[in-house]
Amino acid sequence: MPNPSNTADTAKIRISGLRKSFGPKLVLDGVDVDIAPAESLVVIGGSGSGKSVLLKHVIGLLKPDAGSIEVDGTAVEKLGYREITEFRRKFGMSFQEGALFDSMTVWQNVAFPLQRLRKLSHKELDDRVQECLSMVRLDGVGEKLPSQLSGGMRRRVGFARAVAHEPEILLFDEPTTGLDPVTTALIDEVIIDLNDRLKTTTITITHDMASAFRIGDRIAMLYRGKIVASAPPEEFRRLDDPRVQQFIHGNAEGPLSEEEPPRGNTGSINTGGSGGPVRL
Amino acid sequence: MTLPGPLERFFTDMGRLTQMGWRVLAWTPRPPYDLRELLRQMVKVGVDSMPVVLLTTLFTGMVMALQTFTTLQRFNAESFVGSGVALSMVRELSAVLSGLIVAGRAGSAMGAELGTMRVTEQIDALEVMATDPIHYLVVPRVWATTITLPLLVALGNGVGIFGGYLVAVVIMGANPVTYVDRTFQYLDLNDLFSGLIKAAVFGFLLALIGCQKGFYTTGGAEGVGRATTAAVVTASMAILISDFFLTRLLF
Repeated sequence: MPNPSNTADTAKIRISGLRKSFGPKLVLDGVDVDIAPAESLVVIGGSGSGKSVLLKHVIGLLKPDAGSIEVDGTAVEKLGYREITEFRRKFGMSFQEGALFDSMTVWQNVAFPLQRLRKLSHKELDDRVQECLSMVRLDGVGEKLPSQLSGGMRRRVGFARAVAHEPEILLFDEPTTGLDPVTTALIDEVIIDLNDRLKTTTITITHDMASAFRIGDRIAMLYRGKIVASAPPEEFRRLDDPRVQQFIHGNAEGPLSEEEPPRGNTGSINTGGSGGPVRL
Repeated sequence: MTLPGPLERFFTDMGRLTQMGWRVLAWTPRPPYDLRELLRQMVKVGVDSMPVVLLTTLFTGMVMALQTFTTLQRFNAESFVGSGVALSMVRELSAVLSGLIVAGRAGSAMGAELGTMRVTEQIDALEVMATDPIHYLVVPRVWATTITLPLLVALGNGVGIFGGYLVAVVIMGANPVTYVDRTFQYLDLNDLFSGLIKAAVFGFLLALIGCQKGFYTTGGAEGVGRATTAAVVTASMAILISDFFLTRLLF
């Protein structure tokens, strides 16, 4: 758990006491986490543990029931709908299924944030779009429509679109799920490079432990709506929390597989693939 | 205090609709102005709905002529068929029928399109890229429909009157010169304008409702289906109800 007195002045993103329910379902139950400038935080946790919901609060797509999110000292939840549009210029975000605009070509999708957020000549724009597409090894698909791509390709285009305008803060919602190991390593390298070169602050959500250890300066585990563990990768690997160990090793048996005590009519952390094998 | 479910949904809907209407007006004067998108939407609403609107108004004009002919014959006033058809088409029928048809075609398409964008997180993606989705998606659709529906109605007026002429002159054997005279004798510009103003209001309402239903879609593919149906039903209701108040206001 980060100590507020140490990080009070240095946190880029500060989440405190964040709670959120959807109807009777309590998803986030008091999340506290600080992210330092240029830090790469990886959030892990079972399916339905509220990782995406956490990410959407950081960029103001969802409003908290209680608690606050501060980015550069600005309380996100207090911004009006016009202020928030300005505020989001410093962000880039990729979505689980890519969320590509299906009326636009791949090229237009990647160009979109550049056109909206940067002033570039057509030549510069095209160069940057091509550069981003080859970064995720998708040269030559620019004229295709999203519906003509596979799921993994769409996800990579979404990734390219998120990083195209080189924002200060990057949020990745499972950027590598469903990709082959080589492409996963490639995406990881891009994240590490952005982090090193541009001092980007990054929050990445993933199920992929190999990826998490590669890209994270710190790994946090979200479980039953709270951050239950948070440590640098090497330390995280050695934590003796049985929940952490079960997740890292992908054991079917363990505390994560236990029935959840009644906490409202709640999300399943205990069933299906969540506590089960971790996809590596 | 909690309201019963249906009432709560009704007030939530009205609140969202008012808020969205307000934001459309607030965003309209702000750059960037996307004229290409506006034109694209106008083509989608106008050109694509034109055949069915024209067919509907043509046959409505024909039916009007048949009906008024048999009615007015009883008072020996057949010569007023032309006036009857023209006035009812221009003041009322053309606007309402075109509105209902465009609600079924374009309004439902807006509900489905925005609904799909919502459930596939495309609307979130727009917001994330510092683009207000109301400015980007709703503003061009609403204005395109508001501009295009009166144009369709103007065409519908002409076609409806022509349909009436066909039936009265060719089938019922009315005198063509008298018929045309009577058509324009009692028709003044106010009649035309009030019909077109109605059409503009219907266009604004049906596009706003279609967009609002799509924008607040929840629950995947099934939700998109619900949003599409709700867009058509609600917009049709809004057209018929607002028609009464507009008629009171404009005449």
